[in-house]
Amino acid sequence: MKKDNIKFIQGNEACVEGALYAGLDFFAGYPITPSTEIAELLSYRLPQRGGKFIQMEDEIASMSAIIGASLTGSKVMTATSGPGFSLMQEALGYAIMAEIPCVIVNVQRGGPSTGIPTHVSQGDVYQARWGTHGDHAIVTITASNHQDVFETTVHAFNISETYRTPVILLYDEVVGHMRERLIVPKKGELPLVKRLRTSVKEGVDYHPYLPREDGRLPMSDFGGVHRYNVTGLFHDMWGFPSDNPKIVHGLLRHLVDKILNNVNHITRYKEYYLTDAEIVLISYGSSARSANHVVFSRRPRGERLGLLELQTLWPFPYDLVREKCSKAKYIVVVEMNMGQIMQEVRRAVDHPEKVFLANRIDGVFITPTDIRNILRLIQGKGV
Amino acid sequence: MAIKDYIRERFFPHIWCPGCGHGTVMNSLLRAIDSLGMSKNEIVMVSGIGCSSRISGYVDFHTLHTLHGRALAFATGVKLSRPELNLIVPMGDGDALAIGGNHFIHAARRNIDLTAVVMNNRIYGMTGGQYSPLSGYGTLATTAPYTNIDYSFDTVKLAMAAGATFVARSTTYHVQQLTKILKQAILHEGFSVVEVLTQCPTYFGRKNREGNAVDMMESFKKNTTPIGSKAKVENPDLIERGIFIQKELPEYCSEYEKIIKRAMTKFET
Repeated sequence: MKKDNIKFIQGNEACVEGALYAGLDFFAGYPITPSTEIAELLSYRLPQRGGKFIQMEDEIASMSAIIGASLTGSKVMTATSGPGFSLMQEALGYAIMAEIPCVIVNVQRGGPSTGIPTHVSQGDVYQARWGTHGDHAIVTITASNHQDVFETTVHAFNISETYRTPVILLYDEVVGHMRERLIVPKKGELPLVKRLRTSVKEGVDYHPYLPREDGRLPMSDFGGVHRYNVTGLFHDMWGFPSDNPKIVHGLLRHLVDKILNNVNHITRYKEYYLTDAEIVLISYGSSARSANHVVFSRRPRGERLGLLELQTLWPFPYDLVREKCSKAKYIVVVEMNMGQIMQEVRRAVDHPEKVFLANRIDGVFITPTDIRNILRLIQGKGV
Repeated sequence: MAIKDYIRERFFPHIWCPGCGHGTVMNSLLRAIDSLGMSKNEIVMVSGIGCSSRISGYVDFHTLHTLHGRALAFATGVKLSRPELNLIVPMGDGDALAIGGNHFIHAARRNIDLTAVVMNNRIYGMTGGQYSPLSGYGTLATTAPYTNIDYSFDTVKLAMAAGATFVARSTTYHVQQLTKILKQAILHEGFSVVEVLTQCPTYFGRKNREGNAVDMMESFKKNTTPIGSKAKVENPDLIERGIFIQKELPEYCSEYEKIIKRAMTKFET
């Protein structure tokens, strides 16, 4: 029997498979290591199903083009890495303000600046949160293996279409380039969300930016019967620029609340041996693989280790982390940066002094041995 | 339809200063669209940031008021996603050719069917009168208090060199010509650029002692001439008006449709 749905592929390819499964129609991008395979593959795959691929002149243009395409009703995505992600920040803010569904993949490499393009890092966690200017909420999702890359990509599209918001898929170089097995789920196995369309009839005044009671905004596609204005300025219910303090206040609250009021729906995580864990490891992305290995290799020796693997990084699941860490003696955040998620964990837990960092910031993947050595130090066992 | 039927009166009064040329360009554009008999639902107007870019808010089409300089990139996404829509992209000179210069040349190179209208008033008006890439050597601006030492682009030459397949120029004085040119530009299948010389009496005019709006429009009459006229031979400083290039070249979105056909055939076998 030919098993077409079992693949041995890179994480970047798993992301492509997930995006196509989710119904991607339009991709605009610019070559950059280590995300380029996503663009290459989609240039091949998208037109096979009538979708559109375009290589733009830079990442600013790529981000702009997907926003334009999304307004016509397409499911859209772009993919990049650090420097390109920096260039996308202004248009990312536009997508937040104008409430345009879109998915942005950042396969992280080392920075700042050109940094270390072919090596791994998780240094863009805060950039994903606060890279664009102004107050806002944002959704950022990650994964540590290809099955999860596939599923979180589908989830990203669903969240993006549900809440009319950009969603950042924050993978990293190891996940992007590592090869492992992916089993592509059958059609219908994973739920797919289509954005809410307005039921307002032609000729009736349509208010594109008047949220329903549940905070959702039914959309009308460009080219349809409702003609309205879309802008990055604060705007009224018609989408027309406004500096009325009530409107400005109301819109900013809406943009933040629609995400923060739905943390539970947006949050995805995995847990291993947490119920009786004395040492709770918290990790995400590729570093969670090493953390996972430490937990599973030490448990048989009676060491009460557990792992909380975060998939949703933003909005940060403070309540979840507090609850899962409530009984821990030590909390060790495993990540490949200077402690970006560690800071959030410290803000979340009741005893921030119990939170430690196990990290690497040298472009080299953090190994189980690295984590074990740091655990010994934390426990006062020496190296 | 009457021109009024294309306007969102709800959003008036507009933000433009008395004497500004942008309203004239908008009027001309709406007349051109009206004469083509297009449905308002088929038209998407995409603009960037600046005085000129506010045009999109006032007209009753699908309108997308984007980021400074990025209008053509947003428009590229709309157009490629829905090629049956007509895209009109009004931009200011700074918007189109300073911050948006890269998108301008690349949209031209792709020959994607967008109509770019460069409303050239030689100044950043919204921020209060700084020099633009079209202000020109020797002009004055709030950021060139001694004199401007930047040379300016020639929008027409730049657009042609970058590959635009329809390139024209007119002025707010020559509204009949402008309307005709805009009509042809919209009909043209491919990337079209129309540069419109438009007056900013508030900043460019005041800083450079060019008088009021009427004086500035009269200078458009005086300082321009139809392409290839005898006057141009006698006085090379005159700026030419008219259609500089209008040629057929496969358009980007129709080329992409061919890619889809090829990909689908390959996929089936």
